[in-house]
Amino acid sequence: MNQPEPSSEHLGTVELRIPSKPEWVAVARLAVAAIANRLPFSVEEIEDLKLAIAEACTIVIQQGGGSQAIDITCDASTSHLRVEVRDHRYRDRGESAKRPAVMAVEGEGLGIFLIQALMDDLEYSVDPQFGTELVMTKRVGA
Amino acid sequence: MDIKVHVRESEDDAYVVELGGEIDVYTSPKVKDAITELIDQGHYNLVINLEKVRYIDSTGLGVLIGGLKRVREHGGTVNLVCTNPQIKKIFDITGLVKIFGIYDDEAGAKKALA
Repeated sequence: MNQPEPSSEHLGTVELRIPSKPEWVAVARLAVAAIANRLPFSVEEIEDLKLAIAEACTIVIQQGGGSQAIDITCDASTSHLRVEVRDHRYRDRGESAKRPAVMAVEGEGLGIFLIQALMDDLEYSVDPQFGTELVMTKRVGA
Repeated sequence: MDIKVHVRESEDDAYVVELGGEIDVYTSPKVKDAITELIDQGHYNLVINLEKVRYIDSTGLGVLIGGLKRVREHGGTVNLVCTNPQIKKIFDITGLVKIFGIYDDEAGAKKALA
């Protein structure tokens, strides 16, 4: 994952928790679009972000595992937006837990492919015990 | 969040599935039901009109791909009508432009079925 550029100014962090259900994915999509609108993204870039975040939430839901909620953390900077999408189990395991190696999402299909195509950076891990996490970054004007 | 599904038979024996709104993980089952019902009734040449669709994700694409696979088993096909640049871009990225016939208007999509 790329580190923020030295000239980049951190604008703020927004955290959102939605129920891990399909009917709430649109809320995450629209919320992230509103955050992205605070940065100088083009309309097309915001559309890319909306789709990528929705795909990430869909993957988390499809991986299931009984998690009740999806946590979405948006770090906004002047140069980029970094978004973490993880299920609740992932947070519960604590900071001391070692992050598992990147694993393929079972039947990942088009979702991961689309995120990789639309975002500038993507890291993801799927662990049957500890949950799913996707961390992605979109740079302004990239 | 909304999805509108309207199925109609055109004068040239093709069936048109007109979709409007957003096709995502929540709404795509409704689209799948409409397409599955048509195929189960023996209609294998379909036009799916996406002109009024504002948003589609991978689950929506999956429904379209599933429909195409099923009609092809019966010698049919699915043509799409799509003018939204953002949605066209998704078909481009995923390579689905090579699998579906994608047209700018319904007349062209129906003509290509013949």
